[in-house]
Amino acid sequence: MAVKKFVVGLFDDEAVLFPAVKKVRTAGYKLHDVYTPFPVHGLDHAMGLRETSLHTAGFIYGITGTTTALSFMSWIFNVDWPLNIGGKPHFPLPAFIPITFELTVLFAAVGMVYTFCYLCQLMPFVKKHIFHPRQTDDKFVMVIEVTEKTNAEEVKSFLAAAGAQDINEQKAEAGWWFGRWDKDDEPYLRKIQTTNA
Amino acid sequence: MHLKYESTLREPLVDGVKDYHQVTEDIISPIEGKPGTLWYVGFFISLALLGFGAFSVFWQIYFGVGVWNLNKTIGWGWDITNFVWWVGIGHAGTLISAILLLFRQGWRTGVNRAAEAMTIFAVMCAGQFPIIHMGRVWMAFFILPYPNTRGPVWVNFNSPLLWDVFAISTYFTVSLLFWYSGLLPDFASVRDRAKTKLRKLLYGIAAFGWTGSTKHWQRHEALSLVLAGLATPLVLSVHTIVSFDFATSVIPGWHTTIFPPYFVAGAIFSGFAMVQTLLIITRKILKLEEYITLGHMEAMNKVIVLTGSVVGCAYLTELFMAWYGANPYEFATFFKYRAAGPLGWSYWIMMTCNVITPQVFWFRKMRRSVAVTFVMSIIVNIGMWFERFVIICTSLYRDYLPSSWSYYRPSWPEVGFYMGTFGLFFTCYFLFAKYFPVIALAEIKSILKTSGENFKEKMVVYEEESAEKFAHDVAHAH
Repeated sequence: MAVKKFVVGLFDDEAVLFPAVKKVRTAGYKLHDVYTPFPVHGLDHAMGLRETSLHTAGFIYGITGTTTALSFMSWIFNVDWPLNIGGKPHFPLPAFIPITFELTVLFAAVGMVYTFCYLCQLMPFVKKHIFHPRQTDDKFVMVIEVTEKTNAEEVKSFLAAAGAQDINEQKAEAGWWFGRWDKDDEPYLRKIQTTNA
Repeated sequence: MHLKYESTLREPLVDGVKDYHQVTEDIISPIEGKPGTLWYVGFFISLALLGFGAFSVFWQIYFGVGVWNLNKTIGWGWDITNFVWWVGIGHAGTLISAILLLFRQGWRTGVNRAAEAMTIFAVMCAGQFPIIHMGRVWMAFFILPYPNTRGPVWVNFNSPLLWDVFAISTYFTVSLLFWYSGLLPDFASVRDRAKTKLRKLLYGIAAFGWTGSTKHWQRHEALSLVLAGLATPLVLSVHTIVSFDFATSVIPGWHTTIFPPYFVAGAIFSGFAMVQTLLIITRKILKLEEYITLGHMEAMNKVIVLTGSVVGCAYLTELFMAWYGANPYEFATFFKYRAAGPLGWSYWIMMTCNVITPQVFWFRKMRRSVAVTFVMSIIVNIGMWFERFVIICTSLYRDYLPSSWSYYRPSWPEVGFYMGTFGLFFTCYFLFAKYFPVIALAEIKSILKTSGENFKEKMVVYEEESAEKFAHDVAHAH
């Protein structure tokens, strides 16, 4: 990813945040993201994000589990080693249902969690820039990207008018990198250090 | 203005004057401080129990299953009783977090984290009993269907015991994923306010790099909802399958079609009782009375009296069918050897603890009394342990051949093993209570403005205006 410049504004209350998001979008600024300490319902729509397709992925994983279980068990009982168990049929569908159900759930759940982690880049030792330490506590942090077309000062006064507090400018890595959270090791900081040395 | 509007008639779910930051402070500060003396005492008692359990299991593996008092007639005793008991306890967590999420029950946010943790630890305890019972535990992997050099001879997919392998392992995995995905944002909260380097490092690893981005929250919500939808039938299926272990056999007393719903109700019953036991202690020690309120306990006590009565109906149905079915063996099992006979005392302990005593919860005063709830939660767990003991042992000890009739009392390695699982359970729970956010932070914050005590007062204004005006204002709020 890349190092970018951002204007960051803090909101105390989601009731102030919503109209601010709307104003930013109509003004045409590039809204990088809004970080919230808890899921704020409707904020994704207000920001114009599209619906997630995670459900669809879950459905596909579930179907995969169903077919895996059914085909595996019937292959074993009919093809690989057709064993006579007390004269019972080789394709006892009712007896296959419990395991089929369990594998459907297992595949769907595991698959969805992995997909979720992949899409959100979540993994141990993954690091991302935290714009404000209280964005996971009680503050709603709106981050606007400063492109070559944006006037940072203008954005700042705009945010102040929209009700933001503690407005500041930050230069930060927009993506993720591997690192330890007890170390201040943003990739662009490393580069600066090497040029200094 | 919030679209979700809650009547002031409903009790607040969070007491006291709180803002978002105060919630974080209340829930995370116990993690940051040193644990109290009580914590150390409890933790070391649990560790000692765990050690004794490990020794008992070592003894059994070294000398063989013969050190247990099981015999030809009673092949399942304390081990399977304990297995079913622990699995049952493990049902409340997923019920609270999944089924109550689908039913939009706001009160679950105060208790779901601890209940899910309890589920995971209980299933960890449960899984050990069938595995150790196998005798040659180093062969335990034979229960998995994998290509082998024995033919390959596969496992029997017709067998409920194999269904159990799949059910329990799936249940454990899905509960763990559900719990952990909910923990990610809360670990991030601990990480971002950490003062020490070690805490920052460890919670940084645990939080997987969570930032609270709106897109991530959107996916997180979708994930929680679908996992809840998956876990709901799963939780019902697991105890259904456990009951199949008995119901598909031809032993009088086990061969009953009523078993699946009866077992599921019993599981929820004992699970909620264990949640009550743990939470009453947790809220006291961690001073979380404002988050786990009397209202929460009352709601859970209502579930206990409901499921307890369902279980009571099942007992009576069984008795009725044993008489009405006109099968002499079934009749003898229920009326001569279960409700009477050498093990009859266990049946009456079960009846008293599960059916009679929970009826006190029809009274509001009792439901809202901490002392009564605590005592009742322990009584219910004793009763539910005896239910499994009654089902297993009183069906087995008088079989078709009077010459093989037998009696059963456990040997010390069986008791030690059971105590060891208590050690494991409480060791894990103590570590959880110290190092994990015991209450789902983000979820509490998301209901705070509709259900917090100080915010509810502001609702009085809306109560007085008309519904049309409220709807209109919400529609045009932003």
